Amino acid sequence: MTERLEIKNLYKIFSDAPGPALEMLAKGSGKSEVFEKLGVVVGLNNVSLTVPQGAVYMIMGLSGSGKSTFARCVNRLNEPSAGQVLLDGRDIVPIGEAELREVRRTRISMVFQHFALLPNKRVIDNVEFGLKLRGVPAAERRRRAEEVLTVVGLARWGYHFPHELSGGMRQRVGLARALATDADILIMDEAFSALDPLIRTEMQDELLRLQRTLHKTILFITHDFQEALKLGTRIAIMSEGELVRDGTPQSIVLEPGSDYVAAFTREIDRSRLFDARLAMRPAEPVLKSAQGTLVGEAGGFGFMLDGNGKVLGVVDAGGLGRARAGGEIGALSADYVSVSPGAKLIEVARNYRDGRPIAVIDDDGRFIGTLGADDILARIASTAPQAVTGERHVQG
Amino acid sequence: MFKADDLAVFPVDLWIQQGVSWLALNLRPFFLAIKWPIESLLGLNDWIFHAVHFPIFVVAFFLIAWRLSTLGIAVFSAVSLIVIAMLGVWNEAMTTLSLISTAIVFCAVVGIPIGIWCARSDRVWNVVRPILDIMQTTPSFVYLVPVVMLFGVGTVPGEVAVVTAAAPPLIRFTNLGIRMVEREIVEAGLAFGADRRQLLFEIQLPLAIPTILGGLNQTVLTAMVLSVVVAMIGAEGLGLVVLQGLGRLDVGRAAVGGIAIVLLAMVLDRVTQQMATPRKSGRPAERGSLMRTVVRVFRGGRPDETVQVVTRAKEAL
Ligand SMILES: Nc1ncnc2c1ncn2[C@@H]1O[C@H](COP(=O)(O)OP(=O)(O)O)[C@@H](O)[C@H]1O
Ligand SMILES: [Mg+2]
Repeated sequence: MTERLEIKNLYKIFSDAPGPALEMLAKGSGKSEVFEKLGVVVGLNNVSLTVPQGAVYMIMGLSGSGKSTFARCVNRLNEPSAGQVLLDGRDIVPIGEAELREVRRTRISMVFQHFALLPNKRVIDNVEFGLKLRGVPAAERRRRAEEVLTVVGLARWGYHFPHELSGGMRQRVGLARALATDADILIMDEAFSALDPLIRTEMQDELLRLQRTLHKTILFITHDFQEALKLGTRIAIMSEGELVRDGTPQSIVLEPGSDYVAAFTREIDRSRLFDARLAMRPAEPVLKSAQGTLVGEAGGFGFMLDGNGKVLGVVDAGGLGRARAGGEIGALSADYVSVSPGAKLIEVARNYRDGRPIAVIDDDGRFIGTLGADDILARIASTAPQAVTGERHVQG
Repeated sequence: MFKADDLAVFPVDLWIQQGVSWLALNLRPFFLAIKWPIESLLGLNDWIFHAVHFPIFVVAFFLIAWRLSTLGIAVFSAVSLIVIAMLGVWNEAMTTLSLISTAIVFCAVVGIPIGIWCARSDRVWNVVRPILDIMQTTPSFVYLVPVVMLFGVGTVPGEVAVVTAAAPPLIRFTNLGIRMVEREIVEAGLAFGADRRQLLFEIQLPLAIPTILGGLNQTVLTAMVLSVVVAMIGAEGLGLVVLQGLGRLDVGRAAVGGIAIVLLAMVLDRVTQQMATPRKSGRPAERGSLMRTVVRVFRGGRPDETVQVVTRAKEAL
């Protein structure tokens, strides 16, 4: 993956003379101190972020934490006070108006919270909007708009007015308008926050579906941590204009790092977030025989693997114990469940049958670990994962 | 006792007199430049309105009103015009209409661009706004003083007064309409790379149109009022009918002028007000029942508006 967007030491001060505020921030003062001393609002305080091509980067935080300011600095709807916004390695902060317009017309497009459609124009004209600004001939932009409307599932609605559409459909139009320009970077500022919960879920699924084929680089602003977990390949968490945590969804829930972040993660449904790889126990070789390698842990099942790491069969705890003692393993059974390392624990739990072993098998068909009901339970309940891990070692 | 009259009196009248003479003399080309286009268009409009035969005019007005507003209002307009003709003041009404229509053209041509300019620059708006305040709080009566001093008396100077008095609402509403366009929509324009011209013509102006038409409604009504008032400086039209009636103590004649003025004012108000009401769905359904629209014409969309028009028309007398 290449780095599409790189934000370096970005500051935004809402003032015509940001100098003194920047100096205070450089000396380590925070947003509230600057406001008390200078009466100046700090929007962003030294934010650095790298967005790889194809990422869905979620910017999360409480209201007023500077998420929108950050997003708007990326396409310079807000002028950054200091710092760099590198688009494919080229800083777009110092470029002139004409060049900036070109960037906005071809590289970065935006989806708005309240859709921001033109009420006096039909859906198709709204979708064509960006292309029209760019001067694309009428026939060509009509063709493109119809194409994009089909992609978002609104092929039949092109010649209606926005007020005839439901909220979810209007935001599809907003999305279509952003996609029509073929910009490879999408900024979505609370794009689904104004929608009803059900429609919202639907739109999230739709975005994930589109993203599988489009591979846009998406900067998605939200105050909803669930949404961030569901959509994000990475999440950045903001507070008081600063970036306080940045990582993959799983890693943030596992190690919040601060009370501010932990507060978001507390209510999270871990069974839908954590995957089998995270909960599994790695395979520990017990013995090598003519048949293959036997792996497993005391008290658990043993898996017999061939030379390529593929599962040949399962032995129960008794067989494993006998094998350790140097005795006969007995017959191998084929009665086990296999799951992929990326399977969420909720799916693993669905496949769980009492007494049946679970094998975690990677894409190449190799056995990489096993997990039991206790592992799943431990993971989905955990608020302090380290302690659980430790306990398991004690057991083992 | 010390009376007010005992104070030494500043010769302000003399100063102003001299100042204005100086202005009139030295800025003559400037005033001519203002007067000339107004005079030309007014002459043309006046000629057209009087040249078109009465029945043709009524039918044409009916069709235009129907196109711009609703069938009910169009019917009301046609009936009003026929009543005005039957009152025997058709020619005077046509003169008044030409005064108003000329004013509308100039107000639109000058007022809308100024309004746009104000909307795009706070500095301009800060300068223009107090001027508009003064213009709009000045009673229409007082308007006539500088006009007479700088342009003299007659129909054309009267028209200058009508234009200057009627422009402020349009400037105000244009400015307001553009500034009121939802911030997010303007930002959408910017985010997709609109330049200033595209922003104006693709987003701000189209979305400000209902508000601008509201301003046009106000401008038309102000022009109506002023077109009557300027009878006092010798402009022709329905105002002159009333003025002459009062001068000769001919109450009947004055009342005829008054009725014609009120009818004309209501017609113009309803048509322009209807234009300003945004239509969401297709027009046919909007036209609705004829009866309902007729009722609405009489009751008025904004209940106190009709009263306001009437009182302003009266006040103007
Ligand atoms: N144009 C502005 N002028 C002054 N302060 C602003 C402006 N826009 C945003 N702010 C302030 O910047 C901070 C961050 O705002 P914002 O980025 O909108 O937060 P979020 O999107 O996370 O809710 C807030 O304290 C807000 O009041
Ligand atoms: Mg926001």
